[in-house]
Amino acid sequence: MWESFWFEFINFYFIPGLVLGCIYALGAIGITLTFGILRFANFAHGEIMMTSSYLTWEFVLVASSFGLILHPIIGAIPASICAIFLALIVDRFFYKPFRNSPTIMIVIASFGMMLIIRSLVQVIWGPNQITFVKGIAKPNHFIKDFTSNFDMMLLIPNKHISILLGTIIIMLVFNYLLSSTKIGKGMRAVSDNPNLAEVSGINVENIVKATWVVGGFCAAAAGVFLALDTQFIESTMGFRMLLPMFAAAILGGIGRPFGAVAGGLIIGLAEELSAYPWLGNGPVISPGYKSGVAFSIMVLMLIFRPSGLFRGKVF
Amino acid sequence: MEIFLGYFLYAMSLLTVGGIYALLALGLNVQWGFAGLFNAGVAGFAAIGAYTYALLTTAESQFHFGGLELPLVVGDILAMIFAGIVATIIGLICIRLRADYLAIATIGIAEIIKLILKNETNITNGPRGINKIPRTWEHFTEERFYTNFPMNLFSNQKGWEAFFASIPKWWWQPFFAITIILIVIITYFFLEKLRVSPWGRMMTAIRENEKAAAAAGKNVTKRRIEAFILGAVIMGLAGAFLGQHLRLIEPTQTFDPSKMTFLVWVMLIAGGSGNNKGAILGAFLIWFVWSSSELVTNGVIEILATMFDSIDISILKNRAGFIRMLFIGLLLQLILQRYPKGILPEKRPAISGKY
Repeated sequence: MWESFWFEFINFYFIPGLVLGCIYALGAIGITLTFGILRFANFAHGEIMMTSSYLTWEFVLVASSFGLILHPIIGAIPASICAIFLALIVDRFFYKPFRNSPTIMIVIASFGMMLIIRSLVQVIWGPNQITFVKGIAKPNHFIKDFTSNFDMMLLIPNKHISILLGTIIIMLVFNYLLSSTKIGKGMRAVSDNPNLAEVSGINVENIVKATWVVGGFCAAAAGVFLALDTQFIESTMGFRMLLPMFAAAILGGIGRPFGAVAGGLIIGLAEELSAYPWLGNGPVISPGYKSGVAFSIMVLMLIFRPSGLFRGKVF
Repeated sequence: MEIFLGYFLYAMSLLTVGGIYALLALGLNVQWGFAGLFNAGVAGFAAIGAYTYALLTTAESQFHFGGLELPLVVGDILAMIFAGIVATIIGLICIRLRADYLAIATIGIAEIIKLILKNETNITNGPRGINKIPRTWEHFTEERFYTNFPMNLFSNQKGWEAFFASIPKWWWQPFFAITIILIVIITYFFLEKLRVSPWGRMMTAIRENEKAAAAAGKNVTKRRIEAFILGAVIMGLAGAFLGQHLRLIEPTQTFDPSKMTFLVWVMLIAGGSGNNKGAILGAFLIWFVWSSSELVTNGVIEILATMFDSIDISILKNRAGFIRMLFIGLLLQLILQRYPKGILPEKRPAISGKY
C-alpha cells in the first residue's frame, strides 16, 4: 500500500540517499584501490573529484561559446581524461619518489597535494561557488505517470536517473575489468601481496599506473555526478567528500572495491535517513550534523571491526 | 618617528603570531616528531582551546554562553585541559591503528568540532563567532577588570582611566608578544628535558621500532596516548592565545585547515621534525615567509595595475592568497623530497641523559 509514509520516505529520503551513496561509492573505489595497492591513504583523491567537475564545467562553457550545447555528462569525457592524467602526473612527480620510504611520507605528500591542487583550482577559477546546472530539477514525467498507475508515485528527477544509471554502468565495466582482464587480476594480486606479485612476473609499476587510471576515472565520474546532484561546484567540495569516502572504504574493508561500493551506499543512505523523523516530529539528527554520521560509522568500525564488513586489510 | 612605531608594532604582531605558530609546531613535534603520530587535525585542537578560553572568560553576552568571567589564566589552563580530554578520547580509539587511520580520524574530529561550533548556536553563536575576547595585558584597560579585584585595590575607576589615557594605546602589544615568547621558551625547555628523559628516549624507541620496544616491556599504546595528549594540550594553549590575539573567532575562516593544520606541518617539516629548536625556527621562518610574501604579492599587483589599466585589481588580490598557498605546498614537496630531515635535523639524546 502506498501510504503517505512511503511516498515521503522513498522520494525524499531513500532515493536521495541512494544517489549520494552512488557518488560516495565511486569515490571510495579509488581510495580503497590506492590504499590496497599502494598502501597509503590518498588525501588528494577528493581534489581530483573537484578538479574534474570544474574541468567539465569549463568544457561545457567552451563548447557553448562555439554554439554547441553539451550535456555535462558529455563534457565529463574529456574532463575525466584530464583527471586521469592529473592523477598520473601527481603520482609520477610527488608519490613515486617515496615508493621505498615509509608510507607515512606519501601520506604527508598527498596531504600537501590536497592543498596544491585546491589552490591551483582557486587560482584559476576563483574561490566562489559556480552554478553547474541551472534551474530546478523536475521529476521525470514518464516514471511519475507510469508508477501513478500502480498507486505508487515515484518522483525521480532526470539528474538522479542519469547518476544511478551511470553508476551501474561504471560498476559493471569495473567488475568485468577486475575479474576478467589481465590488468584487473594483476591489481588483485598486487593488492594481496606485492612481493609475491612481483616475483610471479607482474609488472607492479604498470599495475600502479592502471590503479591511478581506474581511480582517477571513478573520481572524475563521482565529481561530475556530485556536481550534477548539487547543481553547483566549489573548491571545497572534494574535501567535504573525503571523510564519507574514507568511511565507506573502511566500512567495506580496505582493498575491497565492492566492499567500498557497499560501504558508500550504506553511508549515503545513513546520512539521508538520519534526517528522517523516525521518532516524533523532528529529524533524528539535525541536518547540520549530517556529515557527522559518516564519521561516527567510521569510528565505530575502527573500534569494533577495523577489517571492515568484507574482511579487508588492516595495516 | 611615526613610521618607526609602525614597523615596531608590525614586528610585535609578527612575533606574536610567530610565537603562537611556534607553540602549535612544538605541540605537533611532540606528536609527530617524538612519537610518529600523524595529527591532521591541528586546527581542531586549536579551536577547542580558543573556544574554551573565549567562552569562559568573556563578559556576559546575549549571543552566546558566557558571563563566567573567569580569570584569564584559569581560562588558559582550562583550554589546555579541555584539548587534552578530547585528545584522550581520540587517542584511546585510534592510536592502536596505523598512522594513516589516525590521520583520517583526526581530520574527521577537526571537522566534527567545526560542525559542533557551527551548529550549537546557543552556546557558540554559530558561524557569527565570539567577539571581544579579553586579551592578556590589554584586558586591564577594560572596565570590568579595573573596577574589580585586584585592580581596584590600587586605584579607583577614575585613577585607572586617567592612567590608561596617559600611556600610549599600544602599550600592551610588546607585553603580549613577550608573554607569548616566554611561554614558547618555557615550553621549549620543558620539552627538551622531556626529550632526553627516559620517557623521551622510550618515545624514540617506540617510533623507530615498535615491536622491539614492546618486546623490551614498554607499554607502547599508553606512551603514544600520553604523547598525543601532551601535544594536544600545547595546541590548546596555542589556540587560547590565538583567540586572544584575534579577539574575534568563528569556526570556518579562523580555523581553516589550510592555514592552521597545513601551515603548521610545513613549519615542522621545514624546521626539522623531532627537533624542538627546529620546530620553533621553522615556525618563525615560514611565518615570516608567509606574511612577507603577502607584502610582495600586493606590491607586484600594484605595479601590474599601474602598468596595465585593463587588469582588475580586486580579482588579482583575491587570488594572490591562493598563489601563495600553492607555493607553500610546493615548498613542502620540495623539502620532503630533497631535505626530509629539515633545517635542523633531529639529534638523538646520549644514553646517559647528558646533552
